[in-house]
Amino acid sequence: MTTTTLTTRPGPAPTGTTGDPAARARARRSRLLHWIAVHAVAVAVALFFLLPFVFVFLTSVMSDNQAMSGELWPHEWHWSNYLTVFRTPGFLDWWKNSLLYAGLGTLLTVCSALPVAYALAKFRFRGRRTAMVLVISTMMLPPQVIVIPMYLVWAQQLHLAGSLWPLIIPLAFGDAYSVFLLRQFLLTIPQEYLESAKVDGCGELRTLLTIVVPMAKPGIAAIALFQFFYCWNDYFGPQIYAAQNPAAWTLSYGLESFKSAHSVNWNLTMAATLLVMAPVIIVFFFAQKAFVEGVTLTGVKG
Amino acid sequence: MATTTPAPALRRKRTRARLRTLGFLSPWLIGFSVFFGYPLIATVYFSFMHYNQIKPPAFVGLRNWTYVLTQMPLFGPALWNTLWLVVVMVALRVVFGLGIGMLATKIKSGTGFFRTAFYLPYLAPPVAATVAFVFLLNPGTGPVNEILGAVGIPAPSWFNDPDWAKPSLVMLSLWGIGDLMVIFMAALLDVPKEQYEAAELDGAGAWGKFRYVTWPSITPIVMFAVVTGVVQTMQYYTQALVAGKLASGVSIGPGTVIQPGYPDHATLTVPQLVYSLGFQNFNTGAACVLSLVLFALAMAVTTLLMRKRAGLLAAED
Repeated sequence: MTTTTLTTRPGPAPTGTTGDPAARARARRSRLLHWIAVHAVAVAVALFFLLPFVFVFLTSVMSDNQAMSGELWPHEWHWSNYLTVFRTPGFLDWWKNSLLYAGLGTLLTVCSALPVAYALAKFRFRGRRTAMVLVISTMMLPPQVIVIPMYLVWAQQLHLAGSLWPLIIPLAFGDAYSVFLLRQFLLTIPQEYLESAKVDGCGELRTLLTIVVPMAKPGIAAIALFQFFYCWNDYFGPQIYAAQNPAAWTLSYGLESFKSAHSVNWNLTMAATLLVMAPVIIVFFFAQKAFVEGVTLTGVKG
Repeated sequence: MATTTPAPALRRKRTRARLRTLGFLSPWLIGFSVFFGYPLIATVYFSFMHYNQIKPPAFVGLRNWTYVLTQMPLFGPALWNTLWLVVVMVALRVVFGLGIGMLATKIKSGTGFFRTAFYLPYLAPPVAATVAFVFLLNPGTGPVNEILGAVGIPAPSWFNDPDWAKPSLVMLSLWGIGDLMVIFMAALLDVPKEQYEAAELDGAGAWGKFRYVTWPSITPIVMFAVVTGVVQTMQYYTQALVAGKLASGVSIGPGTVIQPGYPDHATLTVPQLVYSLGFQNFNTGAACVLSLVLFALAMAVTTLLMRKRAGLLAAED
């Protein structure tokens, strides 16, 4: 398995030990120039990626007036902006809703994707390939294609529009992307472990829970993180199902309306923006390895 | 072992295995039929109906289809914008992602810092990133134009200029290139070192090594990035919608119907038009036609993916 974490350093470059001193000095000089060139480019690129965060942060602690002035550095640091954001009516509810959607959604996704992915990876049955092709087609399907009939069912038959349940409930039924990703991971578990468990008299369910789950922890962590971020970031879903009821909005959906409520207050809007980004970035720093493994799994193993 | 298993026992065993498979697959089987199969069929059904979500649907034949494909004024711009974004955004993302990935593998000091810095924007929720970019690229007082003005470069109006709105969205998308960087980085680190040494012995320069060693071994990943990028960009919705709304400065809220695609429909994409038809104009039939057009486009790309495989099913057996 490719284990590329963002923080691993590659081993020291092999140093040439042969040749005369002049050639060695030349080689060292060209290596140094190469080092400088690479790092100069890296610094410039890092600025492109990080400066937006810096400007957003600096604006978030400016006074109302200064935030409209176009100046870059705050005169005074108004930390109370963050408090104002939290006191905005609805903001705490949006946090709660985002956590409910992302938390419960992730739990349901893992519980339902696990048996499906296990069957697709390890059982031999007719139609296995077709099932995989169908899973992948679901993954590729733009959500807009099926949203209208689904909305009509949730709104007119089940009367659940104005809540997040139309988004959470389907996640209990084997989300295609998670099934696909987890299956790719489960394929890497050697068949021998499962067979010896079976020889010892384990049923499939017990094999799954006692042998496969502990071995598949990194894969499960990866799909859990992806689902959490997907739900946290989702805008289209809450817009369809929760729009008419502000009490059911999530942070991602509410943020945009926050901007129009504080139409000129870029400082408060930027503070709110950082508060929406913060949980994702904090979770990332704690679970970096699982996350990057998941990304590589989709691209390289996938 | 048992070489002469009696037939009934074998059959019972097979039935049990089949039931077990069905049991494990059942969440997905239910989900697939209820949340994919049913709505897909219903979308086709509604595409032949006149339905305003209040009165019962009435059959109108191909009228929705001819309306959307030949008469609807916004269909052309939406399709053009979506295809423009598919071509430009995906191409630049792959080139830029590969470049950043190569850079990330070449860095010797501060590796962790640089890689994390390149990756971090990918994590920013799309709405938050878009709000931030509308602020940064704000033509009046945004930091970017302040800086450009200070060094004497004439600054465009970005999201408020029809010619610059889509390039601004591309910039936003390049900012969040972290996922591609990681994928390319992993692929680049997997290229066997010996091949570079062999190429060096054959006198290959930097370009030669890229052309004859790196490129052939990363082609499947590039292919994968292109295809998934195309599929993702066909669904492009949130950033275009939020950028257009915020840049236009209209106050929004529940019940406010705004014309999407500000400025001059420059950021109107097909998915936005589906939403606008289905949930603002309540023209269910036309919305379903449009979503089927989107589906056909997506399926065409998926079929291409299946044919080229792009490594998607490579781990099979």
